[in-house]
Amino acid sequence: MSKGQSKAGVAAGSLRNRLVITLIGVAAVLTLLFYFVIRAYAAQIALQSQDNILGASVTAMLDAAIIREGVVKVDLPYAAFSMLNTDSDDRVFYAIYENDSLLSGYTDLPLPQRESRMSSTYRSGTYLDVPIRQVTASRVLVGADTRTRITATVAQTQDSLSGTLQRIARNAALYGAGFFSLAVLLAIWAISSTIGPLKRLTESVARRGPQDLSPIVKPVPTEMVPLVSSLNQLMQRLDESFTQSEDFIAEAAHRVRTPLATVRSHAEITLQRVDKEENRQALRSMIRAIDESSRAAGQLLDHAMITFRANQLDYQPIDLVALAREFVRRLTPLADMKDIELRLSTDETVMVSGDAILIQNAVRNLIDNALKYSPSESAIVIRVYATPAPHLSITDEGAGFPDDEIGMLTGRFARGKNAAGTIGSGLGLTIAQDVAAAHGGTLSIGNTKEGGACVTFWF
Amino acid sequence: MKFLLIEDNVELAQAVSTRLVLDGHVVDHAESFVDAIAFSDNGDYDLILLDIMLPDGDGRDFLAHHRAQKRDTPVIVLTARSQVSDRISVLDLGADDYVTKPFDHAELQARCRAVLRRKSGSAETVTRLGDVEFDPVAGQLSVAGEPLVLRNRELRLLELLINSPGKVFSKQKLFDRLFSYDDDASENAIEVYIARLRKHLDKSSLTITTLRGLGYRLDNE
Amino acid sequence: MRYILVLMLLFWAAQVQAVEWEDQQLFKGQSGARTLRVISSTDTAIFAPVIESFLQSNPSLDIDYKVAISADIYSEFRKNPDQYDVVVSSAMDLQLKLVNDGFAQPVEGLEHPAWAQWRRSLFGFTLESASIVINKAAFEHLSVPSSRQEMIEVMRANPDTFSGRIGTYDVRQSGLGYLFATQDARASETYWRLMEIMGSLRTRLYCCSGAMIDDLANGTLVISYNVLGSYASAREDVADKIEVILPSDFPNIMMRTALVASKTLNSGAATLFMRHLISSRWSNPDSENIPLPPLTTFQDNSQQSIIALNPGLMVFLDDMKRKTFIDEWESAIIQP
Repeated sequence: MSKGQSKAGVAAGSLRNRLVITLIGVAAVLTLLFYFVIRAYAAQIALQSQDNILGASVTAMLDAAIIREGVVKVDLPYAAFSMLNTDSDDRVFYAIYENDSLLSGYTDLPLPQRESRMSSTYRSGTYLDVPIRQVTASRVLVGADTRTRITATVAQTQDSLSGTLQRIARNAALYGAGFFSLAVLLAIWAISSTIGPLKRLTESVARRGPQDLSPIVKPVPTEMVPLVSSLNQLMQRLDESFTQSEDFIAEAAHRVRTPLATVRSHAEITLQRVDKEENRQALRSMIRAIDESSRAAGQLLDHAMITFRANQLDYQPIDLVALAREFVRRLTPLADMKDIELRLSTDETVMVSGDAILIQNAVRNLIDNALKYSPSESAIVIRVYATPAPHLSITDEGAGFPDDEIGMLTGRFARGKNAAGTIGSGLGLTIAQDVAAAHGGTLSIGNTKEGGACVTFWF
Repeated sequence: MKFLLIEDNVELAQAVSTRLVLDGHVVDHAESFVDAIAFSDNGDYDLILLDIMLPDGDGRDFLAHHRAQKRDTPVIVLTARSQVSDRISVLDLGADDYVTKPFDHAELQARCRAVLRRKSGSAETVTRLGDVEFDPVAGQLSVAGEPLVLRNRELRLLELLINSPGKVFSKQKLFDRLFSYDDDASENAIEVYIARLRKHLDKSSLTITTLRGLGYRLDNE
Repeated sequence: MRYILVLMLLFWAAQVQAVEWEDQQLFKGQSGARTLRVISSTDTAIFAPVIESFLQSNPSLDIDYKVAISADIYSEFRKNPDQYDVVVSSAMDLQLKLVNDGFAQPVEGLEHPAWAQWRRSLFGFTLESASIVINKAAFEHLSVPSSRQEMIEVMRANPDTFSGRIGTYDVRQSGLGYLFATQDARASETYWRLMEIMGSLRTRLYCCSGAMIDDLANGTLVISYNVLGSYASAREDVADKIEVILPSDFPNIMMRTALVASKTLNSGAATLFMRHLISSRWSNPDSENIPLPPLTTFQDNSQQSIIALNPGLMVFLDDMKRKTFIDEWESAIIQP
């Protein structure tokens, strides 16, 4: 909103981005980890399932081994093989050994080298060029005077297992993706809520008026407390500095202007008492000089203040008509002294949004100008209207502006040809123009039909 | 009129007092806040001139005290501060008007008159001479009971003359009092105003006599 | 030297004559360029419509169709796996073992119910029930048994009628017979009691359904058990003389299965033939000549009775198990 904003801060990286990247990175890593862990674990369980069934099968086979009439017979239960049925129709291979000789089954099914006694051995291998999972177990049959070791081995292809593993991997990936998405969403939410206090602090500081240097009292998270404290200290130093400057300026003004007032009063008194024309002229000249310096000082201070304020206008709703009326009331005694009539011609009210102090300064300077350059017994008309745009115009019946100088008159300290002989530095128009620009408006200068000056302040 | 001047700078106070006395006013001078309170509580003044910056207490405090006492003596503040916000707050606090130092006495007088006018009219300011009644505060002239409308400068010229009837005022003196120091009118403008005033007083008992080479004098026949 | 030659001759002869072909026929397509070698246990007469309908839509092929009993098919194909392209057999267990041992290749892209196929390599394309077939005339005054238990009772009650006139598969020779018998024995104890009764009545043993049906028709047999009902139903010539009964307690339903040899060089043609078999396009329910019951036959209730295509089928192919079963069977059915 304000012209001439102060320099925006320089961004070096972004908290939000850093948090986002970190959290998402962590989520990604965890998801990958989760995927691999789940896959491995599930694979282990799937393999365990196959092993369990194989184990049951081999156990059933061993349980069906008996010695009848000295001959070992193994009555394979139907279930021993039918339980090995899988969705992928895995192939089944088996062999049964009595001690070391094959009783029945596939002759070239490899046996593990060293089997442990009495417990099942599981191994993975290949047979007939396909990967298989194999279990081998033994049982000792005690006959009348013999001990026979029955070894059974069952092997199964792993098509079903691979199918299961693929399904597991796919599901793990899907779940992983799902969790990841959820994690991302949660991360984004968490980041927003964490950065929330920062944003809120920023907003509350930005919302402050340009003059507001009061400390921030709203509670903030612990980590932000040092920042807010430093900010408050900074603002307090600023505030003190401003106050000091203001106090200094006020003090300076007082110190400078009081003796000047003394001099002027004495000059006026002396002027009453002297008769000699040259003395009179000298004294008049003195008084003019004092007035000029006083006015110059005032305008310089005004100009400085405007330059300072223009960076952060304190926008308030202002009724231009009420403002004009107040000026007329205040300056009427001055105008009366020259028998100048101050006339007001306005709408009922004209509201604008602006900085009250700056606008008053500008208008006062313009009216001062008009009073200065108007001849006695003339009229100054102040018009305030809302259409075509809110504006305040001051017309006088003086000499007007020299046409060729209108452009440069608002340059600092420029005074027109017709200003010769009148007191005052040329800052009046400059001040008004600066204030207009700060509000996004314009100052237009021209002459009336009758030749007097017309200055309009447009919003 | 009786003024109370509250100003801590002695030199300025002296100058201002002298200037006011020259116009025929009575001035009491208080140098500090404490004195100011004492003077204003005990005295009866037509107008108080107050310097806003005092050594032992802001002029604002005096204003607050003054208003608390429910005195209605108008106060004009003498201030060196140029901040608009300062001036405004002074008025908010109870001052009736203000002038910035260094100030023009003519402006001060004009503001005094304006401020007094706003108060309930005080009959003591009316000057009567012959069949003319002149109230400088209200700015009204009536000749033989008939009110006349005069311009401001004409009124001020009449005020000067009517306060010292029989006194001769030189053109320069009159010029100095009526025209501001940066006015580039010639002294002959005085002749114009004298002529106008004569016209207004035509039917009255007062006359303005031109003394060639010396000036003008108001006489009551 | 001559001795060696004779030995070699005998050896060669033994190899060559290891399989007895029941039938061999070359079906020629219109413009036959390649020959698909099919080895099967299904009689040519019954299977011919299937082949002919296939050749109509694939005229560039010839089919060399050889028929043998299922046990011979198994051993022959195992010995010479590269000499045949498609193996069709009614012995589901033998077929499954062939696939299990790697003799078949998968046929992809065929839409077939999961229970009717194994490893996408073995495809069942018919549903045929083990049945009781009777000579109608012989049962004029007897109650027709519809379950194994009823068979036991009617046999016990009329020993003279049945003595020497009962027929069933010789499970030592017939692969399908062995399959039916083992599945039956697995199902319940009634089987063994039935076998004992049948054995006491001097049951005749046959290697094949055809001969059994002929003897039923001409009266030599009055009843046969665990016969392939579909064959009996397909025999129109004796349709008025015999009757096919599905056992009501639990029928054993087998699937005729086909596989494509893993070593085939005609996998494209073999795939087409397999697709044809499965589609059952050759079995139009409206036509008069229905060679074999398609997969849709027993759709309503008998899913459990269909012999399952799973590794359990290999149990009874185990040497020890087989020996044990056959010993028991022999002692039951063959009584002095």
